[in-house]
Amino acid sequence: MNMNRRQALIMSASAMLMAATGRSAYAQTETGDAVIRFAPHAALRVLDPVATPAYITRNHSYLVYDTLYSLDSSFTPQPQMIGSHEVTDDGLEWTFILRDGLAFHDGAPVTAADVVPSITRWWQKDVVGLRLKEVTETLEAVDDKTFMFRLKEPFGAMIEAMARPSSRPLFVMPKRIADLDPSTMLEEVVGSGPYKFLADEFRPGASWAYARNEDYIPRDEPADGLAGGKVPRAARIEVIWFPSPDTAISALINNELDIIESVSPDGRSRFEGTDVKLVARASPTASTVRFNWSQAPFDDVRMRRAVQLVVSQIDYMDIVVGDPSAYETCPAYFGCGTPLETDAGYVEGSLDNVEEARALVAEAGYDGTPITIITPGDIASFSALAPMTQQVLEAIGIPSKIETMEWSAFLERRTRTTLPSEGGWNLAHAVFDLIDLISPLGNPNFDARGLDGYTGFVDDPETEALKSRYQAASTDDERFAIVEEMQERAYDQVFYIPLGTYAQYTALRPELSDFENAPIHVVYGLDKA
Amino acid sequence: MLRLIVLRVLAAVPVMLIVAVIVFSLLRLSPGDPAAIIAGDTATPEAIAAIRSEMGLDQPLLVQFASWIGGVVTGDLGQSVLSRLPVTTLIFDRLEATLMLALSAIVLTVIVAVPLGAFAALRHNTLTDRLVMAFSVAGFSMPAFVVGYILMLLFAVQWQLLPVQGYVSVFDDPLTGLRHLVLPSITLALVFMALITRVTRSSLLEVLGQDFVRTARAKGNPAGRILWRHALPNSAVPIITVIGLGIAMLISGVVVTESVFNIPGIGRLTIDAILARDYPVVQGLMLFFAMIYVGINLLIDIAYLLIDPRIRY
Repeated sequence: MNMNRRQALIMSASAMLMAATGRSAYAQTETGDAVIRFAPHAALRVLDPVATPAYITRNHSYLVYDTLYSLDSSFTPQPQMIGSHEVTDDGLEWTFILRDGLAFHDGAPVTAADVVPSITRWWQKDVVGLRLKEVTETLEAVDDKTFMFRLKEPFGAMIEAMARPSSRPLFVMPKRIADLDPSTMLEEVVGSGPYKFLADEFRPGASWAYARNEDYIPRDEPADGLAGGKVPRAARIEVIWFPSPDTAISALINNELDIIESVSPDGRSRFEGTDVKLVARASPTASTVRFNWSQAPFDDVRMRRAVQLVVSQIDYMDIVVGDPSAYETCPAYFGCGTPLETDAGYVEGSLDNVEEARALVAEAGYDGTPITIITPGDIASFSALAPMTQQVLEAIGIPSKIETMEWSAFLERRTRTTLPSEGGWNLAHAVFDLIDLISPLGNPNFDARGLDGYTGFVDDPETEALKSRYQAASTDDERFAIVEEMQERAYDQVFYIPLGTYAQYTALRPELSDFENAPIHVVYGLDKA
Repeated sequence: MLRLIVLRVLAAVPVMLIVAVIVFSLLRLSPGDPAAIIAGDTATPEAIAAIRSEMGLDQPLLVQFASWIGGVVTGDLGQSVLSRLPVTTLIFDRLEATLMLALSAIVLTVIVAVPLGAFAALRHNTLTDRLVMAFSVAGFSMPAFVVGYILMLLFAVQWQLLPVQGYVSVFDDPLTGLRHLVLPSITLALVFMALITRVTRSSLLEVLGQDFVRTARAKGNPAGRILWRHALPNSAVPIITVIGLGIAMLISGVVVTESVFNIPGIGRLTIDAILARDYPVVQGLMLFFAMIYVGINLLIDIAYLLIDPRIRY
């Protein structure tokens, strides 16, 4: 390239100015003054992403905080706040260096001294973090930009843990906040992410807002899933929770809203004849049947296998979703379309297997006591599951009764290990975003710690041992082989029964641009014409 | 009158205490708890127990009650267990929207329902009377959410004359604020219009049959003067009672309308707090509602004194 002296001087001066202000050209040129009005899937009430795994708190946190690593659209971890890292050959020392230009919303620079307590607060609550904590000998800040783990044993899943998007991602906070006990819920929201939370406008359960962090320096790479450059294009994001989905849809059609995070397959028809765009979300919804392993009759694997033999994903999806274009059957316990997709051990259920299932029920010596199915009555994604399961059970001679309650009572009831007659349960359903299931260490369905574990109380030390092998494995091939073993074991012991996945749709006004269809709904990159 | 006010305020204290005990007990007896909400869908029993302990929910009920009521006595309604914001802040943040909605609905009601009821009474047993009564029955029978969605679809989505949802303070932007209030106010007013129309009609019918009205007629007073100067003031007591209680009911009962039109008011806050088992917020709100009822009853009694000199306490 030919350049005269004046041009060279101008370029040098520009580069010096950019270095002095710490702003990238990318950040400066991509931002506008738009206000994005966004209807989320739930109301924000809790602001502490360590205290709760609630999706809405996590999604809010992705706007305000930054993560050390993030998953791209192919579910591969990519550096976010990290500039580079090194690991010793024995896998026992990991050194991380922060990238340049990171600063909190209060103006203070992000240093390794902030990252260390952020990690130690997080790893006391997150299931994968707990595993990392157990193998860590020391974690310390080496200098302002460098921190280092010294491990007792290799932890090949280090980057996976740091990039883990669900349900408690590792967000970085200022030291004075991160130093708080994880049992103390945070009241102050100060991050280093692309948007600043406007505390004065927080109406819990109703509305809240963010202002663009003008000093944020995105990564240079283009946005890709949850990774890449988080460019805060809109000046302001206003989030409005709608208890009535119909009102939200009417508001979007009437141009009072710009985007609805989640529209059910049924809701799509309301947009016919309008200019609203509908996009199938990158992380579909995965429904499951869960057994209570702590109580008869499902403490007997033969009873669980009997149900597995007759549960057909396609039958459930036809009833729950209806439209075949909106759902797919999926044998993979760690998600279809993810790097860990496999059909190892898959047992395909069908009502053609009724006789075989009845034989298993008889062999188990089931005494005919009706089983108790519990279900929430106020969550649409659950509504068709319990009646469908009741029919399936009836087909193989298992009588049942459905007990309906509202969501918070359901959550509490599902953790009980008492007899159904004493307030417990036998069978329940759980519904996940697929992104919850992609990590063999974090997938709640593979929590096999018995009564201390996730609802259903799967008790399988063999699976816990497989997870330990997985976390120590150093190559992708090694990890994938272990995942196949885990899935075979889960199908054999019937940890739970997957019921297929279906799409939820994001609805957008045509004026919106730069929508990144990430598995977690991130709106930081959105702009409006 | 001062004596009346003092007596009523003193009488409110045991009422509030009873409300406090009932609300506290009912909340603790109902299934579900805030710890389960915070712990989330993937919670283990251990995680929920830990949160309960952190929140003090594993303390004996009497200790929890004493701690809460101690704060209330000093004016501290506590802190939301979910958002960590003070309960008083949460309530006062949402109060304006509900008050504006309730007041606009009641103004609309009075403007339409009192003349309509009077009109029906004056044309007693005619087709007009029957039509007004039919409107009254229909208004009372239609659920607010049905009326709300119909109005929304017609006036907002179809004809795009008014906004679908939301609240804008009339103090910040009067015109936009009023536009946002039109549909929810009509929705809310319809039920009360029906009620007040009926009360006005029956109350007026009773008064119109009394001797002093006959005397007024015999003296040649015009019909309008008889209605406005003689009959209506004498039938005002039951109408004012219904309007007063209507205001209290509107403030505490706008849940459906606020949800349909997505207005962030007290009704939404209440339902949200109940579903999330946010105990301090629900308790604070119930005390607040009890206070509203006591206060409005006091205002109604004062209004009686002003309107009807025969009434003495």
